[in-house]
Amino acid sequence: MTAVAIAEPFPGERPVTNEIVREHKLNPTEYRAILDLLGRTPTLTELGIFSALWSEHCSYKHTKSVLRRFPVDGPQVVQGPGENAGVLRLPDGWAVAFKIESHNHPSAVEPYQGAATGVGGILRDVFTMGARPVAVLNSLRLGPLDDARNRYLFAGIVRGVGDYGNCMGIPTLGGEVSFAPCYTGNPLVNAMAVGVLREAELITARAHGVGNILLTVGARTGRDGIHGASFASEDLSAESQKRRPQVQVGDPFTEKLLLEASLELITGGFIVAIQDMGAAGLTSSSAEMAARGGVGVEVDTSKVPTREAGMTPYEIMLSESQERMLVVAEPHRVDEIRAVCQKWDLDATAIGQVTDDGIFRVVHDGRVVAAIPGQELVDGCPMYSPPAEESDVARSRRALTPAADARDLADALERLLDAPSIASKRWVFEQYDGTVRAGSVMPPGCDAGVVQVAGTSFGIAMTVDCNARHVLLDPYQGGMGAVAEAARNIACTGARPLGVTDCLNFGNPEKPDIYFQFVEACRGIGDACRAFGTPVTGGNVSLYNQNPAGAIDPTPTVGMVGLLADVTMAVPSHFRVSGDAILLLGETRGHVGGSAYWAEVLNTVGGAPPPVDLDAERALQQFLADAADRALLRSAHDLSDGGLAVALAECCIGGPWATKRYGATVDLGRHADTVTDAGWLFGEDGARALASCDPAHVAELQRLAHTHGLACHFLGLVGDADTDVIVQRDDRTWRWPVNRLRRIYLDAIPRRMAAAPSDAGVD
Amino acid sequence: MKIRVHVRIIPRTGLLDPEGQAIAHALSALGFAGVGDVRVGKAIEMTVEATSPDAAEASVRTMCERLLANPVTEDFSIKVERA
Amino acid sequence: MTRVAVVRFPGSNCETETLAAVARAGGDAMLVDYRETHLRHADAVILPGGFSYGDYLRSGAIARFAPVMTAVRALADAGGAVLGICNGFQILCEAQLLPGALQRNAQQRFASRPVDVRIERTDTICTSDYAADEIIRIPIAHGEGRFVADPDTLDALELDHCVMLRYVPVDGTDAPYNPNGSMNDIAGLCNPAGTIVGFMPHPERRVDPALGPGVGQRFFTSLMSRIATGVAA
Repeated sequence: MTAVAIAEPFPGERPVTNEIVREHKLNPTEYRAILDLLGRTPTLTELGIFSALWSEHCSYKHTKSVLRRFPVDGPQVVQGPGENAGVLRLPDGWAVAFKIESHNHPSAVEPYQGAATGVGGILRDVFTMGARPVAVLNSLRLGPLDDARNRYLFAGIVRGVGDYGNCMGIPTLGGEVSFAPCYTGNPLVNAMAVGVLREAELITARAHGVGNILLTVGARTGRDGIHGASFASEDLSAESQKRRPQVQVGDPFTEKLLLEASLELITGGFIVAIQDMGAAGLTSSSAEMAARGGVGVEVDTSKVPTREAGMTPYEIMLSESQERMLVVAEPHRVDEIRAVCQKWDLDATAIGQVTDDGIFRVVHDGRVVAAIPGQELVDGCPMYSPPAEESDVARSRRALTPAADARDLADALERLLDAPSIASKRWVFEQYDGTVRAGSVMPPGCDAGVVQVAGTSFGIAMTVDCNARHVLLDPYQGGMGAVAEAARNIACTGARPLGVTDCLNFGNPEKPDIYFQFVEACRGIGDACRAFGTPVTGGNVSLYNQNPAGAIDPTPTVGMVGLLADVTMAVPSHFRVSGDAILLLGETRGHVGGSAYWAEVLNTVGGAPPPVDLDAERALQQFLADAADRALLRSAHDLSDGGLAVALAECCIGGPWATKRYGATVDLGRHADTVTDAGWLFGEDGARALASCDPAHVAELQRLAHTHGLACHFLGLVGDADTDVIVQRDDRTWRWPVNRLRRIYLDAIPRRMAAAPSDAGVD
Repeated sequence: MKIRVHVRIIPRTGLLDPEGQAIAHALSALGFAGVGDVRVGKAIEMTVEATSPDAAEASVRTMCERLLANPVTEDFSIKVERA
Repeated sequence: MTRVAVVRFPGSNCETETLAAVARAGGDAMLVDYRETHLRHADAVILPGGFSYGDYLRSGAIARFAPVMTAVRALADAGGAVLGICNGFQILCEAQLLPGALQRNAQQRFASRPVDVRIERTDTICTSDYAADEIIRIPIAHGEGRFVADPDTLDALELDHCVMLRYVPVDGTDAPYNPNGSMNDIAGLCNPAGTIVGFMPHPERRVDPALGPGVGQRFFTSLMSRIATGVAA
């Protein structure tokens, strides 16, 4: 063996043995590749660097071949996958940067800090593109709230998400929260950030210019979260519970200063490139920036400001201390950079430089402790395409049906509204500042969040969605359905969908049935994105999400942004005027397989979810945007979990702080009369929405629907405040006092959270 | 017997304590020289009905482990008043 | 033109929309750094919302020692207009420019929601454009907004008509009308002269009629007309 470049162990460092290789989660194939690449045995520092960059989290070794099939192009794409965040074009020289990322495993161990640092990380991804963050969304999945540990996790996660965004002064505008037994012990915390920039000021994380200087900006480096990146790619077990002291602590106050300093450095043209030190910290940020730019780098770890004395190069390279940035700049700019940072009470420290030999080199006190060919370090991890096969269990689950329908469908609606996955999330979002920055167009609790781009007439609509039960039952349909639901939510506000970021949460990909879920769900997402013209601009994969009882339901969370041309035309979700006409858009076919009704009322997770009709979805999206442009709609709300009955109840109940709750009288008449009552009320066919309008506009809306090839049924009228919600079909009538529905809907989560003291203990 | 117990909870050594850091900064800005490594925690005082001080301490230790302290981020110490 | 200084502390996060609200009301809005020692001849100063110094220790506790606070105090002593919004209110209480303290919300959680508040005084620097006893719906977003004071202070506040904004119940609301457990439902205070004011709600978030009822705008127009008529120093 001939060594490509020489490195020597740091004094006191353990020599690399097979045992240590195993501890670093590198398999024999991967270790062989390292030996071949280096032409010698790695030092411990090098091994740590490889283990970080070749972890699933950084290398995508099980998923890259699948992710390559996503559509990534479109006229609106400014920056596709591969950067810190995706960027799409808006009117008038503006652009939107957005990305979603998971922080599942850290949140399972320490919910408050895990969720908070998840928000912090995704915000850094957005502002390192030169974008000012304007909103945060999140998708949270937890085990049922009758379990004390789940309540503890839920409360901690929500507080962590809220405290971080609130302190940063960035509104948390929406998201989704749902509960299922599979998330017990393995909650999902997916955070999405959205930022706005001038397209001309876009900056990327691409190091170049031999001799340019690397600087760290922001917080000092401590021993936080060492091995966080490999931790994120590991089954959660009693063993990982024991490794807890390595949790990262977030400091949103410092991050706020870092945000302002970074934007000033970028827009002022002081720097060449910038990247967040996220997972795998200094290692991934420096190696990835160098590889993207096709250059080498030399990092001197003895120059990195540390929080504790005596940190080794191994620890400094792998630390996941938060609120740190790595910046590349021309040497003559360093003093100006320091001055900008000082204005924001931050330190900037030169710690290395860009080199011409393509080697990723770490020195400490003049000793070379790591020297690795840089491109191979980032791209050279062996890739895997494990077998994918649907399990018999999954097939039989799809064939499952409940023993009988609910005896009383009126009661079934009340039980659905009391289900925490469907009930009002007011308890959650009243902990999130939703109005800071004064640009929020829609209150929380609407179909999508909308933020005005300051100084313009247009806005950005945004949402995160995934019906994991549908994905579990049919990964391909469920994958398409997640994109379709996101697009419907965007369209209900009057906006047109622009593009997607995804957070793919799955179990262990080395199991064929899990890998099947992954491959099929991604195929569904790709097909739907192609059909809607909404390219995938990036995202994140989180694998090995399982607890001792098995894998989580496959949860490919889809984050989507859309463009609302005129914020004054935004369409809210709830009924607003007594006497308005109620319209059902789209066809009802009565698919109840995989529905919330089966799951929450009949205790059956089974059946085939409704097939997704992409043409019908597109027609509905276009109709909603056209109708909003012409100011014909008073409200629009998408039909999803719980079907028509839940959507109607939500429209009547009103927003979280509504002072008026409307009744309604709806006659399902002879529309689709082969459909069962349960199918009508609770079926979850896609491509549908419930709208209200001035009765004078009904005919025009029906003509518009006709031109889009979309069904538009007049169902009835919005009633007076504080009256009943009445649904009639032939000789059957279901009736609910709206205030009773509202109480059930609003109390479901607070009632459970007040049940018993939350328990931090892990037993 | 009623026993007075003092619990002191402090962020675990090595973890970042942003609050402590901000306070150290502010103190030095106010001219208090030589302040370093400030850590901010909680003090909890309670009366516990127990058969002995040792039993009270054992009981409070369980309270700390289960609820009062975050086992992931905080250390605690217990002082029992032995009258 | 009326010159209004908006102070930015490290961790302030509502200064941009506060500056915009002042400008929309016709004022000359200036951003002033917390390290500055004078207010550049401002007629009025606003301490905006946010999390100065991360709200570490107690909200407002560290900010009150910032260099700029000497100038703020001087303006206040001279009878000038001083406004504290949310975190700014907390700073004014910590600096003892207003009495009492703002503590953690009674429910121990952050509260972000609209509240209904009644304008209890219309002769302050920022409420003259409202009708007496007018009730407006306006957002709050805070974790520490529960006003507390000892009984004597509280009595004095009521006696001197120093409660400027009060949370009130309105028909149809099914959330607690007092969002944080504030004593006497106090949402905002002023000194007896009405020149130093502090309140928890965020009027600067409700000034653009394109985004909903602009009910907060009159806080800023009141301030402009008050200064223009020279009542404040």
